[in-house]
Amino acid sequence: MPINCSSCETQRAVLRRPKTGHSVCKECFFRAFEEEIHHTIVSAQLFQPGEKVGIGASGGKDSTVLAHVLKVLNERYNYGLELILVSVDEGISGYRDDSLETVKRNQQQYELPLKIVSYQELYGWTMDQIVKQVGLKNNCTFCGVFRRQALDRGAMMLGVNKICTGHNADDIAETVLMNFLRGDIARLRRCTAITTGSEGAIPRCKPLKYAYEKEIVLYAYFKKLDYFSTECIYSPNAYRGHARAFLKDLEALRPSAIMDIIHSGENLSVKEDVKMPVQGTCTRCGYISSQGLCKACVLLEGLNRGLPKLGIGKHHKLHHKLLAQEPLSEAETRKLKSIDF
Amino acid sequence: MVAPINLQLEFGGGAELLFDGVKKHHVTLPSQSDPWDIKHLLVWIKDNLLKERSELFIQGDTVRPGILVLVNDADWELMGELDYKLQDQDNIVFISTLHGG
Repeated sequence: MPINCSSCETQRAVLRRPKTGHSVCKECFFRAFEEEIHHTIVSAQLFQPGEKVGIGASGGKDSTVLAHVLKVLNERYNYGLELILVSVDEGISGYRDDSLETVKRNQQQYELPLKIVSYQELYGWTMDQIVKQVGLKNNCTFCGVFRRQALDRGAMMLGVNKICTGHNADDIAETVLMNFLRGDIARLRRCTAITTGSEGAIPRCKPLKYAYEKEIVLYAYFKKLDYFSTECIYSPNAYRGHARAFLKDLEALRPSAIMDIIHSGENLSVKEDVKMPVQGTCTRCGYISSQGLCKACVLLEGLNRGLPKLGIGKHHKLHHKLLAQEPLSEAETRKLKSIDF
Repeated sequence: MVAPINLQLEFGGGAELLFDGVKKHHVTLPSQSDPWDIKHLLVWIKDNLLKERSELFIQGDTVRPGILVLVNDADWELMGELDYKLQDQDNIVFISTLHGG
């Protein structure tokens, strides 16, 4: 029982769009998907002509679709952007080395320049080495903090004006939920912003913010885009996993749930008397930080001193000692040394 | 009784990891009294192809939310989902959206 496309009314429909409930054919889907991203870009004024834009590329579905669509739209609408792929090599053998191969193929397929920055070259530690030191409990903290900075530093080396990431609607809804569940009001307030970090750091934007994961995957499938999919070998991240499963269960019952959660996040207003952290800069590396030392510098200091717990939890009081290169007391050292596996 | 039917099953987007990393499977569903539909196919996959962690693929009597199903390259939501009556030589694709990059 083939259904015809509700848009062109001639071709066979190939999917039902979760956002609108419309049944559309391949060509009408491609067009609508691309045009909606164009609309997001134009209405949020994400880019200015002549800008150099870095695309955070992991080789996964989201960043592969992002790179493809940005290239298409840049040509179709003369954005006048210089696009560059920026990849981070965390140094996870059997995972990132495979996905980087995909990024290298994307570089050829889309004819875009590629820059790879590695944890090894930036921090002197690969994730494989960090896991050996800290175990599998807090490793994602290290990786997350280091990746965020690595992308910025790679972008700075290239002199880009902006970084785009492939975060999709499902990711944003999941983050709203996660921040809500953790009571992280500061992040809850800013996590739905389409552009972040204009003060100091290189601005970041999310052109796929309103694109459903289902459509991203089907776009990649029907366009036969080359992407890599696997789970990171070090990431159990059970809490996020539950939030994700919950969201997918909701979406199965009511596809608009994704957009509704984003809408709720966008329209939250935070009480005046909620204490918000003040943004400053790291006294060691100059990166934005709400503390004297940024999280990456604290984590790195911990790794290099053989005190891996230093950056886990709250040890702000020790920052002045670290900055002054003062030795820690025996009790402080003991607290930071043990790592529970 | 309905005659046995041949299908091509494809797993992608990370779903293949539950099937020894093999993406394409040519299978023959045996003859049975009722016509084969996707609901029956999922039970057959669980019994014959899925060796471990079946909860990552099947939840209740349907696929786990976040796994997309295509019937001859069309979204199964347009084809009747679990009730779709399988035809000989059909191509059924399962793509996980749950895996990152």
